[in-house]
Amino acid sequence: MHLHKYEKIWLTFGLGSLALFLVIIGFAAFWKGTHPMSHIETIDPQNVEAHESFKPENLGLREVAEGKYAVNIVASAFNYNIGTDADGKPVKKIRVPKGSTVLFQITTKDVVHGFQVAGTNVNMMVEPGHVSRLETVMKNAGEFTVVCNEYCGIGHHQMFATVEVYE
Amino acid sequence: MLKNTLFPKKEARLYMAFMHVTFASLLIGGLMGLLQTLSRSGQFKLPFGINYYTILTVHGVILGLVLTTFFIVGFQFALMGKTVGISDKQRKWGWIAFWTMLIGTIIAATTILVGQANVLYTFYAPLRAHAAFYIGLALVIVGSWIAVFVNFRQLYVWKKANPGQKSPLLAFMVTINMAMWFIASLGVATSVLVQFIPWSLGYAATINVLLSRTLFWYFGHPLVYFWLLPAYMAWYAIIPKIIGGKLFSDSLARMSFILLLMFSIPVGFHHQLTEPGIDPTWKFIQVVLTFMVVIPTLMTAFSIFATFEITGRRKGHKGLFGWFKRLPWKDVRFLAPFIGMVAFIPGGAGGIVNASHQMNTLIHNTIWVTGHFHLTVATTVILTFFGIAYWLVPHLTGRRLTPKLNKLGIIQTIIWTVGMTIMSTSMHIQGLLGGPRRSDFSNYAGGEQVSTWISYQVAQAVGGTILFIGIILMIYIFIQLAFFAPRGIQEFPIAEEEVDADPTPKILENWYLWIGITVALILFAYTIPVIDIIKHSPPGSLPFDWPIGR
Repeated sequence: MHLHKYEKIWLTFGLGSLALFLVIIGFAAFWKGTHPMSHIETIDPQNVEAHESFKPENLGLREVAEGKYAVNIVASAFNYNIGTDADGKPVKKIRVPKGSTVLFQITTKDVVHGFQVAGTNVNMMVEPGHVSRLETVMKNAGEFTVVCNEYCGIGHHQMFATVEVYE
Repeated sequence: MLKNTLFPKKEARLYMAFMHVTFASLLIGGLMGLLQTLSRSGQFKLPFGINYYTILTVHGVILGLVLTTFFIVGFQFALMGKTVGISDKQRKWGWIAFWTMLIGTIIAATTILVGQANVLYTFYAPLRAHAAFYIGLALVIVGSWIAVFVNFRQLYVWKKANPGQKSPLLAFMVTINMAMWFIASLGVATSVLVQFIPWSLGYAATINVLLSRTLFWYFGHPLVYFWLLPAYMAWYAIIPKIIGGKLFSDSLARMSFILLLMFSIPVGFHHQLTEPGIDPTWKFIQVVLTFMVVIPTLMTAFSIFATFEITGRRKGHKGLFGWFKRLPWKDVRFLAPFIGMVAFIPGGAGGIVNASHQMNTLIHNTIWVTGHFHLTVATTVILTFFGIAYWLVPHLTGRRLTPKLNKLGIIQTIIWTVGMTIMSTSMHIQGLLGGPRRSDFSNYAGGEQVSTWISYQVAQAVGGTILFIGIILMIYIFIQLAFFAPRGIQEFPIAEEEVDADPTPKILENWYLWIGITVALILFAYTIPVIDIIKHSPPGSLPFDWPIGR
């Protein structure tokens, strides 16, 4: 098959850029460890309480070490269960100091949900039977809206929470 | 080729039937789109207690699955009829395909409209719609399969009658697209027939959610290429004729379609990058395979602009850009697809972001994605389809695209471009700021972030309103071309090869080879991860009816 000279130049340039691009994302994934969230751990969606992290008393924010936090959440239509506060009221806001490392662990009791802390790199699918985990460093102070970004039913847009990162 | 001879009435009626459904879908689906953007602006409430997610489901199913599939099947039938011919028996099967698809559409649409299927067009389990929704969708796909096999048969019969000759380019392209559609839709058909229908009827207690999503996206990405390839057919083999030129290269066009066939299917994981339960190495492998479509895309871009320049220079236009200035800008058959091509530049760039292993995390399920496919399918593809309809519809009805209708078409194209620029740009920006897609209006917990999102949603309502005006105008033009335009013969433009063109290598028509490689790539990309998904299955999911208001 005959290729025009200019087309050869064009394709060489295009394929060269493509190869460079793939090397960059491959390097980031395998050497820097920036794979997207991909946990293989499964759970019984009808009995999530059997899992240590999702026992009712273990839900919400815990400081696991100096400057390191874990947040356990159970999603269900149309709510994120982040545990209860001292008065027994449901927690709607997670507060962590700036610069802290936070591990988000989340699963669902019913349908598929999303979990995005808008304005950060925390963005995961939450699927029945699976545990989703993502650890991140909260570098910027401010209020971040947590939204369910996968359609979960007619109350989908009422499913939210807040993460506050304070100075 | 009998380009200026009209189709026999019996044939034209079949192809027009598909066009009528296409434009009826445009009106219904477009109206839903308008209501969505108005509702999301926060300034309007939907009347009569209509649920936002009902109209969102109608919008996705009617435009994404019905409009596209009907237009494509009808257009491809017309291309096959023109290039390789259709027998009476094949035409009858064409009608069976049409009615199967239409009945399926009516069943699915009715189920959605009565509120029994607020599951959106991706129908992710374990949300459970009424079984009629899944059965309706299955019929649409089965109907399209009938069209697939009629098209295969048409080319086969032609080859038998013309031994040793290469197939007409457009017939080859239709066959590639239908081969891809068939291989890809096997995934969703398996999921619907084996998983969803028994489960929705209560014969199976639970469903494997991750497997159903994987089968859906095995189909979901090639679906977008199924929309795009007919646009490429027009760009490669029809637009050159409209601008008064010749085919750039028959072999190059075939090669690019073969590459699109091979690299459009083993790539579905790039829609599932943020999902648990799939090994990230396999995600990465499919990301790399996804990016291979850059090659045929660059080949296409080159050959289209080369055709423009060669044609212009041959007409004697001088200077570096003289050929560009003198393209037939006032011919809507050229202008509409051309704007579609331009939209594919930001559309393709956005696609590179979406399919990237890491960048995807930033935009996954944000309204950026909605902005992206409103550039690609709702601008690139749909403007090319409109560009085709301006000559195809009058050719089928024995009428003419008059200068007045041509002018209206140009106005339509401009309205569409303006409306989509406003809507898609504000969707992209809002998505980068974290605004979610597929969500009714909500203040969430309030705050600065949310109020910024809402201001972009107001901009989307402005764009959506302009687009709806464009839809009304397009419907008017369609009705004129179908029923009222003056009688005459509108050309069916098919570009010819240069007299001294290089012969096309025979290997490009070796179907066993190309389909063999396609299947091998699919098996490579999917076998191990799917076995893993099945082996590491969690307990299945019970159906959920109440979240969708059933």
